[in-house]
Amino acid sequence: MKTNDVILHTVTKVAVFIILTYGVHLFLAGHYEPGGGFVGGLVLASAFVLLLLAFDIETVRLGMPIDFKLLAAAGAFISVGTGLAAMAFGVPFLSQTEISATVPILGEIPLASVVLFEAGVAFAVIGTVVTIIISISEDV
Amino acid sequence: MYTLNIAIVIPFIVALFIPLLYKKFGRVHTGWFVLAVPVALFIYLAQFIPSIARGEVYFSEVPWIPSLGINFAAYLDGLSLILALLITGVGSLVVLYSIYYLSKERESLGHFYVYLLMFMGAMLGVVLSDNLMVLYLFWELTSISSFLLIAYWYHRRQSRYGAQKSMLITVTGGIGMLAGFIMLSTMTGTNSIREIIATIGQYTDHTLFIPAMLLVLLGAFTKSAQFPFHIWLPDAMEAPTPVSAYLHSATMVKAGIYLVARFTPVFGGDAVWFWVVSIVGLVTLFWGSFTAIRQTDLKALLAYSTISQLGLIMSLLGLGSAALYFDEATEATAYYSLAIFTALFHLINHSTFKGALFMVVGIVDHETGTRDIRKLGGLMTIMPITFTLAVIGSFAMAGLPPFNGFLSKEMFFTSTLRASELSFFSMETWGLMFPVVAWVASVLTFVYCMILVFKTFFGNYQPEKLEKKAHEAPLGMLIPPVILASLVVAFFFFPNIIGEYLIQPGYGAILPTFMEANLPDYDIAPWHGINTELLMTLGVVGFGIVLYRLWPSWSGIYALFPAKFSLDSLYNHTLMSVERRSTSLTNRYMTGNMYHYMVYIFIVIIVVVTGAIAYTGAFRFDPSNDAPISIYEAFIAVVMALTAIAIPFAKSRLTAILLNGVLGYLLALFFVFFRAPDLALTQLVVETVSASLFLLCFYFLPEWEKEKRKRKIKGINAIIALSVGTLVTMLALSVQSNRLFDSISAFYENAYELAGAQNIVNAILGDFRAFDTMLEVVVLLIAGIGVYVLIKLKANKGGRDVENK
Repeated sequence: MKTNDVILHTVTKVAVFIILTYGVHLFLAGHYEPGGGFVGGLVLASAFVLLLLAFDIETVRLGMPIDFKLLAAAGAFISVGTGLAAMAFGVPFLSQTEISATVPILGEIPLASVVLFEAGVAFAVIGTVVTIIISISEDV
Repeated sequence: MYTLNIAIVIPFIVALFIPLLYKKFGRVHTGWFVLAVPVALFIYLAQFIPSIARGEVYFSEVPWIPSLGINFAAYLDGLSLILALLITGVGSLVVLYSIYYLSKERESLGHFYVYLLMFMGAMLGVVLSDNLMVLYLFWELTSISSFLLIAYWYHRRQSRYGAQKSMLITVTGGIGMLAGFIMLSTMTGTNSIREIIATIGQYTDHTLFIPAMLLVLLGAFTKSAQFPFHIWLPDAMEAPTPVSAYLHSATMVKAGIYLVARFTPVFGGDAVWFWVVSIVGLVTLFWGSFTAIRQTDLKALLAYSTISQLGLIMSLLGLGSAALYFDEATEATAYYSLAIFTALFHLINHSTFKGALFMVVGIVDHETGTRDIRKLGGLMTIMPITFTLAVIGSFAMAGLPPFNGFLSKEMFFTSTLRASELSFFSMETWGLMFPVVAWVASVLTFVYCMILVFKTFFGNYQPEKLEKKAHEAPLGMLIPPVILASLVVAFFFFPNIIGEYLIQPGYGAILPTFMEANLPDYDIAPWHGINTELLMTLGVVGFGIVLYRLWPSWSGIYALFPAKFSLDSLYNHTLMSVERRSTSLTNRYMTGNMYHYMVYIFIVIIVVVTGAIAYTGAFRFDPSNDAPISIYEAFIAVVMALTAIAIPFAKSRLTAILLNGVLGYLLALFFVFFRAPDLALTQLVVETVSASLFLLCFYFLPEWEKEKRKRKIKGINAIIALSVGTLVTMLALSVQSNRLFDSISAFYENAYELAGAQNIVNAILGDFRAFDTMLEVVVLLIAGIGVYVLIKLKANKGGRDVENK
């Protein structure tokens, strides 16, 4: 009997975007509301996991040709790098700063260096979680 | 002005160049280059004889670790001079002898002379050092270089065994001695031996005085092969004969004697010192001579005779220390100090005749191929010079005129007789023991000396038993023992020359107060008239001849001491059982079972933490500051507790995993109640991910482990678990009730001003304490890479490693 996952596929296609949006929201809102790089990263990773569950690894890979190991490494590198960058400006390691900048369309918004740091955290979390899940599932 | 220090260092420096000389000038025997060192040093040291005899001393100090009071301090007085002259003098002869003894073609001479020079330098350092720690340094260097020399023919099993044995015993004593030195230095506040001697009077009642004394003696006894530590010396005879002659007769074994002599002004006069040194010396004297008789190997015989003679010197030093019992140096008290004088005299005598005897045995071994007295015999006519030397050496050792051994043995008898007149240290009851033991041991000494001469050189020549055709040794090999033997005779006829120039200053170094009191000097004279000592010597000769003649009839006495009960087998047995027991002990607790290790860890935690709480009385329960408990919290707590209790009783792994998940989600709920939204979010997601990972593992578990079996309930596990749980609860309650200061969280409430963040938790994670977060990210990355690597790079089913692909 051929299995038919059409409902799962359809729901996944919708749900993944909601989850991704929510993950990005958690990530961005972290400084003012509950959330942040870690949780955001985990939620984003869970979106990928849902994709992996609904479809198979090859399909997901075709759709998103990302090497999650590199993503994780890049995340860790960004986190450490922001710390080093602070030293380049003559302040202690991992000092954070923020500026207000006027951006077209959005107008004046505060830009904090902590976002970069948190991005590193998020990338590392996504990369690591998905790497682990993929590695284990490929091991069958 | 540091010539003394330089003299100590010179052998080490030359040793550095030996490999170069050995490689570059391979055609010349390396020993010729080495020979210059001890000869030069001997000449240099001999220049000090007149001034030292006038009572001068030389001291020079090079700072090494001044903050610890460790300085390279060289000190030359009469005692050091005697030993230093022996080291360099016998050293020169031994090097000359070794040139002819060791083959240039077959032996690795580079190694030999490096070790020998190391030893010479270390030995000079021992006798010339004034600083305790530097003395110890050189002391251990002699142990190490002796170890290397004994195992010179390292391909022989017996050599390695002997080297290991001597190393273990002498280093054990050395470490003990270090402890004693540290005690001395703590007591007196200085590392300088001279300062210690000057101030020791204030410290004789110190609690560390006796332990320090005994530990220093332990070092001295192990080094100079005193009973019961003598067992290493016979096994050290596996070394090349020049080494035996040098280290194990003239120098290294005298290091212990030197140490006892050097520390006599520190500890002498104390009853413990008197008894320990004298008794150990006498026991060694007797036991060494008794055991020497049964040896069939010439070198073993000489080894035991060395032990015996060292015991003699040691007992003399012990007896002589009685003179220090009296506070004042008068003629009456100096009466007992003859023993010290005799000890030094015999020390010199022993080095001369024992060195010669070892060289003679080396010649016999070299020219016949064996040292077994059962195979030897009738060599008198074949090797006449060697025979003469052997007679001189043996008769000197036996204490016969006209050799120097006769003089020191007579004086030894005098000293023991005088000691037996002592009226303190409960000598009234035990005093007579000394001359009796001394006399018996002398008889036995006479017997083995006869065996040495007569079994080797008399009787029938048995060429069929020998590996080589026996012939006289080359001239170069004969010169060193000839020199030593001439000294043996010369010392008999002109004893007062060395008496005045060497022994008196040495005596003065050991008993300075007696020298200052300007008491009449000791004269050594071969003829005192007919007195007790002479009669004792006549008795020694008479009984010795009888015993030697009747040897076969009383040799059965040695059956009373079978090898099974010897100290050697005790040593072997101890070594083996220590190894066996430690192995079995290690195997008993290092089971390889993770369960056991967890049990140890938990038990240690329980014991240590409970002990600490009980000891400090830290447990306190104070609920007054606690927040009220709402009904929801109580409900969740109860459910969590029930879930946790249910996990160990779950019948299947699946149930346990799910219950674990329940715990995680309830915890998230708790975070919600305690207003920690970030934590709740993270906890929810993490719990989900880990539960699914658990399930993944569950799914891939091997077939056979899937069986649903009831968990083995062990009482001990329950007890440990309950104890740890109770402990942690108590700890948490105590911590909660013991608030010592206010929380620092007020600072973080300014997060918006400080970091522009309204989410304090995130501000802490990303800004205030971003370092932790950064490292956690790295940890996560490492874990991910670890999982990836473990899965991708594991060995294939054939067992072939990925590296071998």
